[in-house]
Amino acid sequence: MGKTLFEKIWAAHVVREMPDGLSLIYIDRHLVHEVTSPQAFEGLRLAGRQVRRPDLTFSTMDHNVPTTADRLAIADPISRAQVEALETNCRDFGITLYGLGDARQGIVHVIGPELGQTLPGLTIVCGDSHTSTHGAFGALAFGIGTSEVEHVLVTQTLVQRKPGTFKIEFTGRLAPHVWSKDMVLKLIGLIGTAGGTGYVLEYGGEAVRALSMEARMSICNMSIEAGARAGMIAPDETTFDYITGTERPFAPKGRDLERALDYWRTLPSDADAAHDRALTIDTAAIAPQVTWGTNPGMVIDIDQPVPAPDAAAGYSRDDVEKALDYMGLAPGVKLSDVPLDVVFIGSCTNSRIEDLRQAAAVLDGRRKAEHVELLVVPGSEQVRQQAEAEGLDRIFKAAGAQWRFAGCSMCLGMNPDQLRPQQRCASTSNRNFEGRQGKGGRTHLVSPEMAAAAAVAGKFVDIRTWLE
Amino acid sequence: MTPFTTHTGIVATLNRANVDTDAIIPKQFLKSIKRTGYGPNAFFDWRYTADGQPDPDFELNQPRFEGRSILVTRNNFGCGSSREHAVWALAQDGYRVIIAPRIQRDGKRLPGFADIFRSNTTKNGVLAVELPEEAVDTIFTLVAENPGLKATVDLTTLKAAFHGPGPTEFDFEIEPGAREQLLKGLDDIDLTLHHVEAIDRFEAHHETWL
Ligand code: SF4
Repeated sequence: MGKTLFEKIWAAHVVREMPDGLSLIYIDRHLVHEVTSPQAFEGLRLAGRQVRRPDLTFSTMDHNVPTTADRLAIADPISRAQVEALETNCRDFGITLYGLGDARQGIVHVIGPELGQTLPGLTIVCGDSHTSTHGAFGALAFGIGTSEVEHVLVTQTLVQRKPGTFKIEFTGRLAPHVWSKDMVLKLIGLIGTAGGTGYVLEYGGEAVRALSMEARMSICNMSIEAGARAGMIAPDETTFDYITGTERPFAPKGRDLERALDYWRTLPSDADAAHDRALTIDTAAIAPQVTWGTNPGMVIDIDQPVPAPDAAAGYSRDDVEKALDYMGLAPGVKLSDVPLDVVFIGSCTNSRIEDLRQAAAVLDGRRKAEHVELLVVPGSEQVRQQAEAEGLDRIFKAAGAQWRFAGCSMCLGMNPDQLRPQQRCASTSNRNFEGRQGKGGRTHLVSPEMAAAAAVAGKFVDIRTWLE
Repeated sequence: MTPFTTHTGIVATLNRANVDTDAIIPKQFLKSIKRTGYGPNAFFDWRYTADGQPDPDFELNQPRFEGRSILVTRNNFGCGSSREHAVWALAQDGYRVIIAPRIQRDGKRLPGFADIFRSNTTKNGVLAVELPEEAVDTIFTLVAENPGLKATVDLTTLKAAFHGPGPTEFDFEIEPGAREQLLKGLDDIDLTLHHVEAIDRFEAHHETWL
């Protein structure tokens, strides 16, 4: 019987089978950021250990950093200490750092692919759950805790149990103004926030093949929101064009590239490979999605009403009542009737150049509603530079947006970009948990186009009819 | 790491499903570069009122749970962010055992714990126990009816015994590797370093750019 994409990569990385069904697997790329690494480096120092492969370890600062023009002087002393700790750790252990002020700094999951560190067939880990993003290249990429960060720093391996595989087939094509963000929100709505636990999701089907790399990354990014540690898409010509079409310093070149391409073409799942589970989704039937509750599985089509407590499949009455209470919503209301305070366009889900182009296309010649604060935060400094070269920044500013420097920003509000209690936000990020964007803040997850239109209208609109 | 063999303590309940790690330890506490000091900030946004006082409406603040060390909650506990700070906060707030239900519904299996959270517990000497949904429902009732209820969770015998008016005991399962690590309090970096020659051999012919 044939092998799946996941099985091929797994088999190529098993250093040793261990007792009890565990395997020691080799890690090809370790991405490090300031928040989940200081305690790991402290562990190394205490034990007198070294980093085994500093050449396979890359670092940036993203979670904690200010996104305003005066960002180099971090006002918050605790944030500053964390950023400085990363600088010291990278210097002491010989790790490449794309720090604040570097033209390649950005959200770790945006810069990995940009720099050509993210390649098909690799194992990639980071102390961050959205490492699943890199699976869009046909890599096995997953988030780890700080103890595991320390383990990888010292050994370049991890002890793992082999997960199952779950094939998600998106048949047909997306309707106009519906995006990959809507595909993945739809999926999470269907299988729930734990529906993928214990599995690696492999996305396929005509609709996935038709997506750009940016759009594929948005899907794989949110695999963790379905409980899966990883999501993957088989590499194809779109993948190879992304890797070779632009200067990517760490991507193989010349003869190495020829050999790599030969190998990468062997990676897609064989036709007779079996997955442990499978689900088919009719892509043409997907409408723009908006979350109404406090986890990404609490999601509806834009033209559906907010559910009643006993009418949200997969959630108890209690769960729904708590969520509605927190969100300040009544059952049956239409989200298009509820005013917004803030619109956030950014995060490792939707802050790449294509996302910004989509938002800019909606905002071009329009202006945000007076009462709405609009924040546009590019995922990396390279994205920012490209957006400015294309004049997108001028469109954003003319629309009344704040155009920022790269970072995680209001995705989690570890820096000063936060919601105030009860502010309601349309966000292109990936988590609508209580307090995620600021204590008491109310987050609705949407695509970049839906977020941009919401900023203009001051409330959610159905992008499909609103643009006409 | 402190080994875990058996633990007896007061049981507290948190009646919420899908408790995410942002709720267990909010972002502002992730700026610390230390491994300690997280305990008082566990469940911060739920636990304290705006003026920093314990919120009497938060379930875990009830006086009857004073001194608790076993947390019983609902499914998919620890979902979301990979932050190990969530486990540090719970451990430093006194929790040694967390129990959550494994739900079987419509042919789907909903786990008690999210993946990354569960592996983080093992590495910090905290025992995550999955029990069938009915067992967890029974425990919620027992705790509600018996203030100060204690339980003994024994990793050597794989039994969780609740010391109510009558004995209530549940068998549980745990991955053998995790059990071994918890029982012996093993440092897994040390364990892996026993295989360093295998890693050397693997590395010698493995191309990391392919
Ligand atoms: S943008 Fe948000 S989800 Fe992505 S890495 Fe940063 S904080 Fe995490």
